[in-house]
Parts: sequence; C-alpha cells; structure tokens
Amino acid sequence: MKIHIKNGRLIDPNNNIDAQQDVFIAAGKMVAIGAMPERFNANRTIDAAGLVVCPGLVDLSARLREPGYEYKATLESEMLAAVAGGVTSLVCPPDTDPPLDEPGLVEMLKHRAKSLNQARVYPLGALTQKLAGERLTEMAELHDAGCIAFSHADVPLTDTNVLLHAMQYAATFGFTVWLRPQDAFLARDGVAHDGEVATRLGLAAIPSCAETIALAGILTLARETGARVHICRLSSREGVALIRAAKAEGLPVTCDVAIHHAHLSEMDIGFFDANCHLIPPLRSQRDRDALRDALADGTVDALCSDHAPVDDDAKLLPFAEAEPGATGLELLLPLTLKWANEMGISLSAAIAKISAEPSRILALNNGHLGAGQSADVCIFDPEKYWKVEPRSLKSQGRNTPFLGMELQGKVRYTLVEGHVVYEALV
Amino acid sequence: MHKNPQLNKNGELQHLLTIEGLPAATLRHILDTASSFLNVAEREVKKVPLLQGKAIFNLFFEPSTRTRTTFEIAAKKLSADVINLNVGASSTSKGETLLDTVDNLAAMQADMFIVRHSQSGAPHLIAKHLAPHIHVVNAGDGRHAHPTQGLLDMFTIRHYKKDLTSLRVAIVGDMLHSRVARSQIHALTTLGVPEVRVIAPKTLIPACAERMGVQIYHDMAKGLKDVDVIIMLRLQNERMRGALLPSAQEYFKYYGLTAEKLALARPDAIVMHPGPMNRGVEIESSVADGVQSVILSQVTFGIAVRMAVMSILAGKN
Repeated sequence: MKIHIKNGRLIDPNNNIDAQQDVFIAAGKMVAIGAMPERFNANRTIDAAGLVVCPGLVDLSARLREPGYEYKATLESEMLAAVAGGVTSLVCPPDTDPPLDEPGLVEMLKHRAKSLNQARVYPLGALTQKLAGERLTEMAELHDAGCIAFSHADVPLTDTNVLLHAMQYAATFGFTVWLRPQDAFLARDGVAHDGEVATRLGLAAIPSCAETIALAGILTLARETGARVHICRLSSREGVALIRAAKAEGLPVTCDVAIHHAHLSEMDIGFFDANCHLIPPLRSQRDRDALRDALADGTVDALCSDHAPVDDDAKLLPFAEAEPGATGLELLLPLTLKWANEMGISLSAAIAKISAEPSRILALNNGHLGAGQSADVCIFDPEKYWKVEPRSLKSQGRNTPFLGMELQGKVRYTLVEGHVVYEALV
Repeated sequence: MHKNPQLNKNGELQHLLTIEGLPAATLRHILDTASSFLNVAEREVKKVPLLQGKAIFNLFFEPSTRTRTTFEIAAKKLSADVINLNVGASSTSKGETLLDTVDNLAAMQADMFIVRHSQSGAPHLIAKHLAPHIHVVNAGDGRHAHPTQGLLDMFTIRHYKKDLTSLRVAIVGDMLHSRVARSQIHALTTLGVPEVRVIAPKTLIPACAERMGVQIYHDMAKGLKDVDVIIMLRLQNERMRGALLPSAQEYFKYYGLTAEKLALARPDAIVMHPGPMNRGVEIESSVADGVQSVILSQVTFGIAVRMAVMSILAGKN
C-alpha cells in the first residue's frame, strides 16, 4: 500500500517542520517528505488541502476498561474513539479488574488490542501485586510481556517502605515509575478541591497539600533510588513549583497534566455537576493558570486525555457518590489546540505536547514523521468547529464536563503503520 | 454562568434547594407569608385549604424526627395529603438507585418531595430529574444546605430584632460539617445583616470560609463581644473520633455557651439553636432555658415558615 498525502500543512515538531509538504508512505513507513520519490505509484492519494498533517497523537492515559469493566467500555469502542481522536499510541493504566499484575493479562490485552488493528496500546504494569501496596510485581517479566512502565494508578500506596523498594527495583532494570501524587490520609473521603466551592457546596475536600506532601516524598525517593519517575495528572500550583525545582536540580522526572485541569477549575462544578467529579479534583483558577503556564514553559512535559469512560448510571448519583472520570480521547486534540490558541502558542508547540513530548517520556521513537519512521499520522482540520454531544462521540463513555461546548479542530484521517484506520465522514 | 436550578424561567421559585443565589425579595416574601400563617394555629379550624388535594411525600434518606414532623404538621395545616417514607431503611438497602426510588414515587402522583439525604447535592439531582410540575424542598442534604432551617432562623431573628440591617450575629461551632450554618450565612448576608461572625477552632472551619461573607473568630470572648444574636450549632460526637477535637469537655470549656460568656454579648442578645441540643457540650442548661433563649420559638416558627414555603411552591398550580 502506497499513500500520497498531498497539499497538507505538515507539522512535525521533532524535525522542526511546519510547511506545506507532501508526505509519501509505503509499506507502513514514511518514505519521503516534499518531492515524490522516483517510481512512486500511489495506491491512494489523500488531498489534505486546508488540513494539518502531523504525527499520530500519543496519549499518556486512556482507560480502555478491559479486563473487568466491559459494562463501562470495551476495547472495540475505546480503540475506535482513540483513532477518531487522532490517537495512534496510548498508555493504559493498570487499574483493570484484575489489575495488570501478571504477564498473562498483559499479553492478552496486547493481543486483543493488536487484533483490532488500530492504535498501539502500551500497558502500564501494576507496581504491586493486585495494586494492594504490599508485594512487588514481577516487573521484568511484565516488561517482557509488553509493559512500558509501572504504576499504581489512582490506588493509594501508603507504605513508603514498599514505595522505596518498588522504585529501587524498577531502577535496577531502568524502568520508569509512574505515580500520581496524593497522600491517602489527606485525601480520604474527599471529592473536591479544598476551596471556596467545596465550602459552599458542603463537599468533603482534598487539600493541595495532599498532592505536594506525596510529591515531595516521591521526589525524595527518586533522589534516593535514582529511579526515573513520571508524575501523572499534576493539579496544583504548589505541585508545579516542586516539579520545577526538581527539574532544575536535574532529577530524572517528567510530568503530565490532564486536558480537564488545563481548562477547568472548581468553579465549573456549578451546582454539583457530576461530570466535574474528577481525579485529581479540579482546583482553583490560580492552580489552573499555573498548570497552563507550566505546560507552556516545559515544566509540565505533556497533556493527556486521562480518558476514563463511565457508564451513565454511575454519574446519575449525588456528586460524591458519582463515579469520577470523563471520556477524553476524542477531546485531546481540540482541547490542546484551545489551550495553545488561548495562550498564544504555535500549532507546532501544541502538537508537540501530545506527540513528540509524550513519545519522549515513553522513550518510544514514534512521535515524529522522519523518513523510515512507522507511518502513524493524524490529519485534522484545524478550523472545523464541532459540538461535543453524546452522539458525536465514539467512546462508550458519554460523560465529560465539555458536553455542549463547541470545540475547534476535528480529525479527518488517522493512519497507523501506513493504514488508514479512521476516516471521518464529511 | 450556571443557571439557578431552583427558579423557573419566569424567575419564580420552583424548588427550594438552597438559600444561596435567591434574591432578598424572595426570602422576604417567604417570611411575610409565614407571618400570615402564624395565627392559623390559634383559629378554631386549624387548617387552611391552600394545598387541598396535593400529595406531599416526606422522603427521608436520613433519620430525622423533628424536621420531618414539622414538615408533616405544616403540610396538614395546608390541607395536603402527607405520605411519610423512611427510605433509608427500605429501597436503597435493596439496591434501588436514588432516582429509581424517586421515579416510582413520582408515578404515584406526587406534587412535592421533601427530601433529606446524607449526600450534599442529592436534592439538586432529584429536582433536575423530575418533571417540572413536581416541586422539591431540601430538608437537609449532607453538609450543604438546610434552607427551611435557615429561613425559620431569619424569621425568629426578625421577630425579636425587627431590623436586620444593624445586627451583629455570631454562629458558634462546627461550620465545617454544618448545612444549617451554610444556610444561615447565605440568608443573613442576603438579608443585609452587616456583620456575621463564625466562632470555632480551626479544625471546624472550612477552607475560604471568609469568602462566604463571614468573619472568623477562634476566641469566643472576642467573637461574642457586643453581638445581638448568638446561634449555637450542634456538635456531633464523631468529631472527637475524627481527630478534629480532643474531647467534649475541652470543647465546652472553650466554645460552650455559658451564662458568663453570654454576658459578653449585648444585654438584649437572643440565643438560638437549631436542635437537637447537647446540653453541657455546646450550651449550658441555664442558658438554653434562660430568658434570652428563643430556642422553642424557633420550633414554633418553623411550622409557619414551612407552610409558607410549601404554599408558595405548590399553591399556585
């Protein structure tokens, strides 16, 4: 299969390209950019006039809900949502049921995902068995089975001695440990940021120090063990300051922010909107502004969708009882563009936050479009407005705080390994 | 801006879920209507036919005797049919969801639900879900709101103090967990009370509390100085288990209302308590039963205020 993508605006942040250039793909790989290679007979030509051609997006957190939570979503539904959102590589957290703590489970998931011929799935292995926070998993075996790193998802790991050993053991093999910083005691029962809105609405609160205390502990252990650490879903201004200092010190730490936290604050909870029940909680407008700035200056490396499809019934409950999470795969691109647009950031720098940068965190070589690369490509219309509605989403999860909003930027084609895996009806 | 879910498109009261966001005129209208109901109890026929034929469901997901009873009495005085449901003990334990329960009851031709629930926001969820001709009155949700209590407290204050715009009011106790305090604060600030104080140790004050328009005091002697109204809040025993307070004894010593501390307030200050009281924990018996106490008047006025709320919501349909 040979594909010629013509007339598009090619943006490849890693290779410093932002220009009208044609792209030539053969046998699943990028063969040339610009001039057509000799004897290139395209089987298919995609006219990308007015469209942006960029590396396929890399999402650092998408829950596919398999195994165990198929009533919330299935691999079929969420893998389709991924490519409809331009996502060609995604990381899934280990908090499935059972958790991804055995090589067999990981192999099964990889196999199921591969058979769908859509996005590439990179599972995170559980850091401890059953995510119980007591015994280490067989990290090396899990790595061989396909785990890209190790994480405790949103499950508390309260025993710091276990965390120390998990980080030492991961560092032995050079594995990265992914952690969402939250002190379990300070966050206990909490459902909203410890601020004005939780006070008015009478919601149990999670203070910012729940994040910073845990983060300071993780950074201390990173210093102690030499483990590479990726900090997931940063939410507070004070957390940003700690990451900035750790990077200045030279610690091997990276971090991400979810699209929700780059745009929303506690104010968006309004009158108990359960779609705004998220993990971590939406914090104050000052926190949100700090996260947006930190994304721009590189303190925060990447944006992720934090895709967590939830069934409707689980949201039709009082705020605290409603299940946290929101669908996000199809919103990652438009919400990244929205952030960049509001911040006056170039399209190329915006795309880097959801392709080249997350790819670097994963130590994959897939967030760019150099010749010889696997042809994972996202082609989108940067001008197109669309309304976020349940029926406009492919994901089985229809709940998001952005329901009803008009967003700019719509994916037209998604290619994985040179195959068109998604094509929007226009 | 989020639309205020308790007003209909004409700006009229559709539900009473919280005092927050209601115009002062709406609150005054409820209080004035309540005044007109005060003497119903003294008539030969102790009923008015305003809600004749209406079905009012007392839907209590959390145990309550006093609030449920006063709603029941108020509804009966308006000639409504009252159905009491203690849901906490029945359907939810069988796995039925909150909205399933509500749908089933709505199908029994309910006109109004009086809802109490342990979760903040439950009445909002129910109100949003129901057809527009059915009204919801929040009878207390989690830590969020207890608007009829807030209103009856305003009625009481207005009864004894007439002009609210020159008062100093002190609320003493566990604001963090108190839906009553939140409703009182919104009502007081909306009705133009110039100085609202909250007195409590730091463990019982929620974040950014001052953003609700109150001044925070930790020292009872300073906080009570020259106030016109003292509202004591109930202290739950679980606060000691949750490491928020060391003991009821120490709490009483520093934050309990005694005759001695009451003397710091204005000589004509009134003492209020939403009940049920813990004598010897937040209030001394001699004060609770003393001449400045208006605690039992609050209960009496509560019926008139609840009659006013129910008749304003459902009377016009």
